[in-house]
Amino acid sequence: MFAQQLLNGLFLGAVYALFAVGYTLVFGVLDILNLAHAAIFTAAAFAAFSLAAAGLPLPLAFLGAAVAGGILGVVLDRVAFAPLRARNAGTLAPLISSIGFAIIVGALLRGKYGVDEKHFATGGLDTAPAIHLGAVTFTTVELAIFAAAIAMMLGLSWVLRATTLGRRIRAVAEDRVAAALLGVNLERTIAATFFIASALGGAAGILTGLEYNSVTLDMGSPIELKGLAIIVLGGMGSVTGAVIGGFVIGAVETLAIANGLSEWRDAITFGVMFLILVARPNGLFGKRALRQA
Amino acid sequence: MNALATFYAHYSQLVDQIGINALLALSLSVSLQAGQLALAQAAFMGIAAYASAILTVTYRWPMVASIVAAVLLATLVAALLAYPVRRLRGVFLAIATIGFGEIVRVVANNLSITGGAEGMSGLPQDAGTAMVYAALVLVALALFGLSRTKFALAVALVREDEHAARGVGVDVGMVRTFSLALGGAIAGLAGALYAHSSAFITPNDFGFERMEQILVWCVIGGVTSPLGAVVGATFLSVLPELIRFLADYREITNGIILLAVIVFAPGGLASLWRRGAVRIHV
Repeated sequence: MFAQQLLNGLFLGAVYALFAVGYTLVFGVLDILNLAHAAIFTAAAFAAFSLAAAGLPLPLAFLGAAVAGGILGVVLDRVAFAPLRARNAGTLAPLISSIGFAIIVGALLRGKYGVDEKHFATGGLDTAPAIHLGAVTFTTVELAIFAAAIAMMLGLSWVLRATTLGRRIRAVAEDRVAAALLGVNLERTIAATFFIASALGGAAGILTGLEYNSVTLDMGSPIELKGLAIIVLGGMGSVTGAVIGGFVIGAVETLAIANGLSEWRDAITFGVMFLILVARPNGLFGKRALRQA
Repeated sequence: MNALATFYAHYSQLVDQIGINALLALSLSVSLQAGQLALAQAAFMGIAAYASAILTVTYRWPMVASIVAAVLLATLVAALLAYPVRRLRGVFLAIATIGFGEIVRVVANNLSITGGAEGMSGLPQDAGTAMVYAALVLVALALFGLSRTKFALAVALVREDEHAARGVGVDVGMVRTFSLALGGAIAGLAGALYAHSSAFITPNDFGFERMEQILVWCVIGGVTSPLGAVVGATFLSVLPELIRFLADYREITNGIILLAVIVFAPGGLASLWRRGAVRIHV
């Protein structure tokens, strides 16, 4: 029983972590909270639904929609953040402009898809064959979702650690002015950061849609604030921290549900977040982690 | 006069809402004036709304006494919240206070005394337009009076440079606690009035969406002055009515206007006719 719950926590946590990684990446590089991240999560899920409905095989629909999410992220940066960056606005203005962008994306989605829940037509994914392994049971879809999330996070870690782009991103996160002086193209690096962060956030949305075989306009709202709790837990700007934070919150929630505290689980999540902020504002890993990744 | 009466008959609810929204925006602007991005206004509003609802419905208190007690409770909670978050600044303070708001919402969602997710109905609806605007005028006068005291200078100093403020002997902790408590009191007043001007309240009336709205009103109006907050709340409360003819394009227009104001009028709407006003960076 406990093993099963732990496993459920892992599945939930993998998607949480994937969402939070993009959230924290933008914070680490730009020191801003991107309140449109959940809108991109939702938009990518709808894009995957459309691509799959157009007859694309699911893996291709997934890839295409994640890329669409990434492109939407670049647009978000150009429209909502770049003009504010150019005049050195504080932390307040980007909050509002990203809320504005999220409203626009939400309105466009509602205009195109209406308010009804959408389902992936490619065979009942929620009825995928179950795998029994000792005391635990899971479906092939859950396994595929878990594997995809882990693979993407490992990929991000590799990009940040071992590629020129990754070094540039870390340099900009460390010191924007110094990085520019050393010849890093700031705007291009920031655009790449937004592409990666939003493609991952979008992927999390697609996987969530697949997991429950349900895509809705408000699917982003539960994870929006939970994502905040996760990146606080891991330390704002720390990618490794966000991954671990995602799994911790996933496990905490699964255990809360298993112990009959389902109604209270959000209070527990935000209570943990509040206590960590108060006791250890840099989270469990601190902001340095992205820069040292 | 007749036209005015017809207008009021049509829009009295909107008129009351504008007054309440202006109070909410003022309450956040009090925190922002002290340089604190504390986003718990919706929670303070909810605490007072529920307190007043419970006192009037369950305990049969008279409405005005309930409102006073509810405001005191919201003030106390806000002042107490200032202590654990005393070391947090900027985005970190914002996130902690958002978390506090979510906890309040979940608690309201699960207690039986608050009616759970269905909320509470059958509240006395005696807070009319006169009472709402009397409250607004009272708060505006109080804030205006406060702005002419030495304390307002201390608040401005804390906002611009905390270290300098400490250097000249300003008790930064006290300024922060006071601003948060004052903001809590005003948000509480707005919440209690909200409870008694609408037929019912539910936990989601006081969630993150409401908080986002309040923040948007404040920033779009201009964080430089309390006037900006009132302008922003009024403009954005009326806007949906003004662009009603856009039907399906209403929401998207709303988003575009937000983006346009923040990108092209950094000081908010109020700054458009008050060029040269101080800019606040929070």
